[in-house]
Amino acid sequence: MIALWIAIGVVVVLALSATIVVRRRRPPAELATRTAAPSTAAPRAESGESEAPPAAAPRPAAPPALRERMGRTRGLFAPLRALGGRADTAAAFEAAEEALLRADVGVETTNELLNELRASGVGADGVLDALADQLVAVFAENADRTLRFDDEPGVVNVWLFVGVNGVGKTTSIGKVALARRVEGRSILLAAGDTFRAAAADQLALWAERAGTEMVRGAEGGDPSSVVFDAVQRARARGNDLVLADTAGRLHTKVNLVEELAKIRRVADREPGRVTEVLLVLDATTGQNAVVQARQFTEAVGVTGVVLTKLDGTAKGGVVIPIERQLGLPVKLVGVGEGPDDMIAFDPESFVDALVGL
Amino acid sequence: MFDALSERLENVAGRLRSRGRISPADLDEALGEIRTALLEADVELGVTRHFVDAVRERCSGEVLSKSLTPGQQVIKAVHEQLIEALGGEALRLTYASRPPTVVLLAGLQGSGKTTAAAKLAQWWKQQGRNPMLVGADLQRPAAVEQLRVLGASAQVTVFSQPGDPVKTAVAGVDEARRLGRDICIIDTAGRLSIDEALMDEVCRISKRTEPHYTFLVIDAMTGQDAVATAKAFHDALALDGVILSKLDSDARGGAALSVKEVVGRPIVFASTGEKLGDLDLFHPDRMADRILGMGDMLTLIEQAEQKMDQDVVARSADRLMSGRFTLDDFLEQLHQVQKMGSLGGILRMMPGMSKEIRQAADSIDDGQVSRVEAIVRSMTPKERAEPSVVDGSRRVRIARGSGTSTQDVNQLLKQFKEMQKMMRGMGPAALAGAGGGRLSRMAAARGLGGASAEDSLAEMLGSRPGAAPRPEAPRPAPGSKGRVGRNKKKGGRVTPPKGR
Ligand SMILES: Nc1nc2c(ncn2[C@@H]2O[C@H](COP(=O)(O)OP(=O)(O)OP(=O)(O)O)[C@@H](O)[C@H]2O)c(=O)[nH]1
Ligand SMILES: Nc1nc2c(ncn2[C@@H]2O[C@H](COP(=O)(O)OP(=O)(O)O)[C@@H](O)[C@H]2O)c(=O)[nH]1
Ligand SMILES: [Mg+2]
Ligand SMILES: [Mg+2]
Repeated sequence: MIALWIAIGVVVVLALSATIVVRRRRPPAELATRTAAPSTAAPRAESGESEAPPAAAPRPAAPPALRERMGRTRGLFAPLRALGGRADTAAAFEAAEEALLRADVGVETTNELLNELRASGVGADGVLDALADQLVAVFAENADRTLRFDDEPGVVNVWLFVGVNGVGKTTSIGKVALARRVEGRSILLAAGDTFRAAAADQLALWAERAGTEMVRGAEGGDPSSVVFDAVQRARARGNDLVLADTAGRLHTKVNLVEELAKIRRVADREPGRVTEVLLVLDATTGQNAVVQARQFTEAVGVTGVVLTKLDGTAKGGVVIPIERQLGLPVKLVGVGEGPDDMIAFDPESFVDALVGL
Repeated sequence: MFDALSERLENVAGRLRSRGRISPADLDEALGEIRTALLEADVELGVTRHFVDAVRERCSGEVLSKSLTPGQQVIKAVHEQLIEALGGEALRLTYASRPPTVVLLAGLQGSGKTTAAAKLAQWWKQQGRNPMLVGADLQRPAAVEQLRVLGASAQVTVFSQPGDPVKTAVAGVDEARRLGRDICIIDTAGRLSIDEALMDEVCRISKRTEPHYTFLVIDAMTGQDAVATAKAFHDALALDGVILSKLDSDARGGAALSVKEVVGRPIVFASTGEKLGDLDLFHPDRMADRILGMGDMLTLIEQAEQKMDQDVVARSADRLMSGRFTLDDFLEQLHQVQKMGSLGGILRMMPGMSKEIRQAADSIDDGQVSRVEAIVRSMTPKERAEPSVVDGSRRVRIARGSGTSTQDVNQLLKQFKEMQKMMRGMGPAALAGAGGGRLSRMAAARGLGGASAEDSLAEMLGSRPGAAPRPEAPRPAPGSKGRVGRNKKKGGRVTPPKGR
């Protein structure tokens, strides 16, 4: 509340002083003929007439192989590979540095990794393989990448999907719902994004695709109560897993992050049990993803990462500092917008896809 | 954004400033740090190299040796290069001679196209134009529905039809022409630059609708990939400019630097929140100033001029100067201010805000403002004009009437009194020419900023004879510790009015 008051005070004073400055600049004659800003005389717009579009048809897709889906562009490590054993070690390290930086691994982690490699005394022709091993080793530190599920009778598992705006939370839920159903789980979706325009409609289409029920609240309503209702409903219907969508929010917006913490607390109430808090990260994101991971983990105890949009040109190397510094395991990978475009994260194929082409 | 970048640059600057001479080794070290700073800010590797080389060139031995303050010289070189990399002059918007002016938005999935489309529609409406929105994203579930909701809150017509996106876009432009709309904004589905089928589709939309402007919408949090993406979209669509979204994040915004360099087109708009009002023209020179630590009073004043109802504000200002500023004026003023965007966002644009204040700005929920409003609305006209008559029982009544607590009412009254005091002091004096300094002194006295707050606010308010300050404009005092505000606007939300 205090912050609000400071803000109101400052802002009002500011607005007035700005006006005074503006008025000081104006010749008096103009002052006398001021007219209302055009924007205040807003004409009413008529509403457009047309049908809602049909749901996008699911794209036919075989279970995708990460390397295939990721490697469609020129490999970042191709120059290093091309050097082979001919170059001197310094040149090889330079090429490795360039590739890591371009993959969004970040300056600090890149330097650390390469310093470790240098210390190991590897020669020019061994840099690439040693680096690949080193990356796999980074991932090996976080061995458990299974999605946690509590089989205790009567417990409703809740998997909470969190992240900043537009990273792919809703889409990931849709894909997970499809995959889990295949595994025989009985799932309920919770449309916990009560904020973005038409967010629940978007999830509803996924619910339809996956053949699951969805609980939604009033637009603009309290997201915690949607999740709470979903847990109750799941219990009544005998569903054992609730996938809860949340509105995208920047990790810097204190009150929105607080709202998320509340959702988590509510979801954890009997019979609900939050067994996964999945942070969805967009592979195109740069170093800010590390900050996101840190802040969301602090606020809501993230248990795993979903790395989306790896089907694009971005390499998603930022998960390396995230795994290394924060010990957060990547659990799922998104490789497209279709229902089948989600795969379990496998360190070796990720590193292969990153380094191997 | 840009926090870490500017902090790092300031560190480098601080060290260089204190030196009388800079050896080649000193320069190398400084440039090395600048390189790291840029990379950490997600500036693309190639662009970073180019940047550092360009700075080195600007700092050729001769320039440095002639200069009495070689440290300053390096900083100046960085600043100049920053402005160049960010895009030089802002794009001057022109309109099609035969309306509608078609604007095509394209970009990756989730970059912020749909939101930007609605924001642009509202922005142009405020410029007195008559825009229409076309929903040509027929791919993502509920994309058109999203646009319709946003269009409704901007009170702009939304056209869409099921079927083929190309046909829909063409039909949308025809519809805009038929309805006599002068601007037609086309929202398209998100697509990857390597998705040939979808890139071909957007090319066909472009060929058939012949957009006057094609903008790439790109997320400010994007990493190294910004360049590849921007280049691919540019090759396919011949971009006219870029809209940088999610600038309200704490991303360091390297994408801004990278994209201009590769595409050679300016960043035209900056999107700084989820509210429809959170969109501004992008000013590279101001942004560069921000990176180097100046606040953004200019944007603020410009917004005030553009978005606030000058009559209403002038009335309040008059009363303020005669010392008769009432709660009614306060409320009116608050409404005007809200037109400029979210409170937190405005606060962040102010120079001289301390780190604590900037953090506090994040936690401001515009929904709380409606509680303030409710309190004032529950007062009688007499109480509003003369708050001192509000005694204990009136407080209870007001609290009950507004659904708040008596503490809230107390708080409001107390803050209002403080504010009145502040304003009484500043009114006539401000007109007499001493305004900025006094204002900021008072703000500083209230703990709203350090010494630099006072200086920069005074400076900015005083140094606005009508033109934007060029790079030579007053800089914060060398080595001044207090960093000044940035361009962040913190967001309320876009969808219908509900407390979030
Ligand atoms: N914080 C913040 N959020 C934004 C901004 N612009 C857009 N968003 C949010 O980012 C998310 C994605 O925005 P959209 O406008 O739907 O993006 P899009 O490019 O149309 O996405 P697709 O159509 O799915 O490709 C939404 O949650 C928006 O509310 C911004 O400037 N700041
Ligand atoms: N190419 C690609 N697009 C994706 C992927 N995951 C999500 N998207 C798209 O990214 C956009 C934002 O996704 P959405 O689920 O709405 O994000 P949310 O705001 O976090 O819920 C949508 O257009 C999705 O179709 C992915 O793995 N690959
Ligand atoms: Mg969503
Ligand atoms: Mg969209």
